[in-house]
Amino acid sequence: MGMTITEKILAAHADREYVEPGEIVDARIDLALANDITAPLSLQEFARVGATKVFDTERVVFVMDHFTPNKDIPSAENCKTIREFSKKYGITHFYEGGACGVEHALLPEKGLVGPGDVVIGADSHTCTYGALGAFSTGVGSTDLTYGMVTGSNWFKVPESIKFVCSGKWQPWITGKDLILHIIGMIGVDGALYASLEFAGDAISTLSMDSRLSAANMAIEAGAKNGIFPVDETTLAYIRDRVKRPYQVFQSDPDARYREVFEIDVSKLDSKVACPFLPSNVKDAKELKGIRIDQAVIGSCTNGRLEDMRIAAEILKGHKVAKDVRCIVIPATPAIYYESLKKGYFEVFLDAGCIISPPTCGPCLGGHMGILARGERSISTTNRNFVGRMGHPESEVYLSGPAVAAASAIKGEIAHPEEIA
Amino acid sequence: MTLKGKVWKFGDNIDTDIIIPARYLASTDPKELGSHCMEPVAPDFPKKVAAGDIIVAGSNFGSGSSREHAPIAIAALGIPLVIAKSFARIFYRNAFNKGLPLLEANLYDVVKEGDVVEADLSTGIVTCGGVQIAAKPIPPFMLELIDAGGLIGYLRKQLEGQR
Repeated sequence: MGMTITEKILAAHADREYVEPGEIVDARIDLALANDITAPLSLQEFARVGATKVFDTERVVFVMDHFTPNKDIPSAENCKTIREFSKKYGITHFYEGGACGVEHALLPEKGLVGPGDVVIGADSHTCTYGALGAFSTGVGSTDLTYGMVTGSNWFKVPESIKFVCSGKWQPWITGKDLILHIIGMIGVDGALYASLEFAGDAISTLSMDSRLSAANMAIEAGAKNGIFPVDETTLAYIRDRVKRPYQVFQSDPDARYREVFEIDVSKLDSKVACPFLPSNVKDAKELKGIRIDQAVIGSCTNGRLEDMRIAAEILKGHKVAKDVRCIVIPATPAIYYESLKKGYFEVFLDAGCIISPPTCGPCLGGHMGILARGERSISTTNRNFVGRMGHPESEVYLSGPAVAAASAIKGEIAHPEEIA
Repeated sequence: MTLKGKVWKFGDNIDTDIIIPARYLASTDPKELGSHCMEPVAPDFPKKVAAGDIIVAGSNFGSGSSREHAPIAIAALGIPLVIAKSFARIFYRNAFNKGLPLLEANLYDVVKEGDVVEADLSTGIVTCGGVQIAAKPIPPFMLELIDAGGLIGYLRKQLEGQR
């Protein structure tokens, strides 16, 4: 019996020839990640176990992205604690200030994750790096401490669910529309404990930014990881970035899957997930007339250069509707700089957008764009749970950058064709 | 080990933003986190719940973020057990790592809020008003971890062995 890419990566990191779903394996990790809200608990546990060093000072990464620029005194204290820990233990990859971006945009960009890696992160969207053909999964702070200290952790080998995508991508359709479609199809626990694997001809024509965006939301279907095949697009992306050795794994033709779904992407139209579940997915065209107070374009899901480009293409020559706040958040300093050089910022500023520094900010209701009672936001982020972006009686509609930008102009949920 | 407590019912997809909204995550203080537990759907819950009470929920409990603040907030209120139809996977690991046991069983459709249930963690048998329900057994590997004092106890032993 063949193995899936996920099974092969876990087997290789557990020094095993073969593993199968349901088995528990002790596997080496290549990278351990935490942020400004999850690292403090990890560091408390680190002290509690009496550890004196991390397994590898090059492979523990701390990114101060959630409540930064520090929103209040406790947030500042947390960053200070992590900064001091990083200095004391010689952590190379501590990111804050002008070096910092949203973690799941920053790590691939910096070449910290390569194909075939096993990555754990104390952040549920760590599944993003599956876009690079890595096994990458979110864990809690205590599991992260275990990984930081031992360089390993235990994993239950997940069953895999395959999505075979064929057809030609239509204008304005991105990886976000694909993943929203999938979550709408299988539900928020449709892939609980399982691996969500992308395959098919349409995947080879999907950009790396779109793959990162799709893998990012695997967790929203309950998945343990989301994973893409490694191809020329992947190798071109990592060529000048990943400096350490990596290994390319591919699923065997006779690998076993719990389920296989076929998706014709040529039939995908712009998707929106309505409150209060990411699975409550409709076509943007069905939602015309729903007024918005805010549009957020950013996050670990959609704050990359492709997203900035799409938003700029839609917003060019238009104005954000009166009474709508459009907040654009380039996810990293490099994306910020490129957006500036390519003239996107001029478009955003002419349209009346707010340009935010890289931060998770409003996505999780932290700061930099919180909603009042009764307010509604269209947002390129990943969760629309009750109170996610502010008041428990506010609402979040999730979409890709094209719908969010078009909606900002119209003042109500809009399809990009209504503008461009 | 047997636990007996009064039931508080919550539905499907109780996500971690409900269990503890992100705006409170700058704190790691269990008491502070507990005081905001379930705030978006039941603002009075932390005041009304008593130590020993048990949460009974629908499917996909603990979905969403990896924040360990969620099981910490629940445990801080003295809640010794959550019984749900199913759990999101990161929350499942986190709860056991933090010493909050979970049982997977469909009790939600059987009990009313305020009912008293009794759960035997070793057998997974949950009893309520004469009705017995067998929960999905806790995986043997998780039981081993619990015996070792959770993941941190397990790690501490490993580190002591190296010294």
